[in-house]
Amino acid sequence: MTYSARRTRWLRALTAAALVLFVLALLMDFLYVGPEKEQGEAQRIFYVHLGSFLGAFISFGVSVLTGVMYLLRRDARWDVLSLSGVEMGLGFSGITILTGMAWAKPIWQTWWTWEPRLTSVAIMWLAYAAYMMLRAGIEDPEQRQRFAAVYSVLAFGSVVFTIIIVRVRPDTIHPVIAGPTQADPTGSFEVTGRIRDTLLFNLFVFAVITVALLWHRVRLENLARLVEQRKLQALTGHWGD
Amino acid sequence: MSAGPRKLRPLMPTWRAVLAIAWKDVRAELRGRELVSAMLLFTLITVLVFSLALELDANARRDAAAGVLWVTVAFAGILGLGRSLSAEYDRGSLDALLLAPIARSALFFGKLVGNLLFVLITALLLLVLLSVLFNLALVQPLLVLVVLLGCIGFTTSGTLIASMSVHARAREALLPVLLLPVALPVLIAAVRASGAIINDLPSDDWLPWLELLAAADVLFLAAAVALFDYVVEE
Repeated sequence: MTYSARRTRWLRALTAAALVLFVLALLMDFLYVGPEKEQGEAQRIFYVHLGSFLGAFISFGVSVLTGVMYLLRRDARWDVLSLSGVEMGLGFSGITILTGMAWAKPIWQTWWTWEPRLTSVAIMWLAYAAYMMLRAGIEDPEQRQRFAAVYSVLAFGSVVFTIIIVRVRPDTIHPVIAGPTQADPTGSFEVTGRIRDTLLFNLFVFAVITVALLWHRVRLENLARLVEQRKLQALTGHWGD
Repeated sequence: MSAGPRKLRPLMPTWRAVLAIAWKDVRAELRGRELVSAMLLFTLITVLVFSLALELDANARRDAAAGVLWVTVAFAGILGLGRSLSAEYDRGSLDALLLAPIARSALFFGKLVGNLLFVLITALLLLVLLSVLFNLALVQPLLVLVVLLGCIGFTTSGTLIASMSVHARAREALLPVLLLPVALPVLIAAVRASGAIINDLPSDDWLPWLELLAAADVLFLAAAVALFDYVVEE
């Protein structure tokens, strides 16, 4: 398998677009929206916080859908996508957690608190870290892909848990931007016109970045598997197809 | 026999196959006595370690009892689940079970019933042990119900995940890493419900957790039945 020049050009164009959009998004975060009236400069990190969570949600969503597709079709290409989704999701949710901690220090006066959403997002991250451990522990490729797909379905439960927890638990202090909240959140703010513009643009940009990175990761994985295959062929002397 | 792939009809009804597999595990345990005794000894040691580490007075014991209960059940359960599946794998009897003309779900529920029995025995004896050592009235119907529901959810996800981790390198280390994040919603709900009941709080404080626990059990059972076929297909 080799990649056509045409697809490579498309990927390069998408990557360049993602970079330009990200710079624009940062400019908006720092220049277009003014400091928030209660939280000041600290609120600016919120756009990256929610943007990266959207990236994580898309990635984990891709991983569970393609995991199910792998179980139904047994095509290794679905497994490549599922693995890429988990890796991207781990990175993005890592950014979500770190930016959240940076925001919580000035607003909540602490880096970390055992609050329902923080706890559930930590569980989510650990579940996907366990997914990587499972893959590393199984030798047989077919079995590794099958078990990974099964576990990607189980791990997605923690993503759903993270999203619904602040809406069912009344004692959370984590702010909720959209939808109903029964909570008494600490650090909520009023969504003004400029804040909404910046937020929507950031969400769009992070979606583009996620797609571009997923594409790169899938391509890398395909090439890595191709190299494995070629090595095996060179060792056994069979060049077959 | 006719040619072509044809789905074989199971030779015995599913519930009899389930009971047969569970009974096999119980008989093996009655003869070998390695699983439950190891879990019970581990439980005893864990409670001792907790008592030493936390240096609890009467009030602190009441607050810590639910946490000690479920951490101990989870770790003892992991010990038992790992052993139960790796014994089948090492002796090659898993292949024999897979060859048996029974539904795969019967195999899953058979192992689940056996595992659940062992984990439940351990958990109920732990309740008695904590009642004595922590001087609390823990053997009460509501708490037994929470223990039952918690053990069902934990053992269901545990049996499914242990059937995967048994094939891995370093399987003893992998099982807790894989199982705990998945089972945590069950454990959290169980700890909260038990804690509220131990502290004699009104039903508003434990009923939502009990409902969450029951819902999680149903979800885990459904997910495990749907996914188990894909775990054991070779």
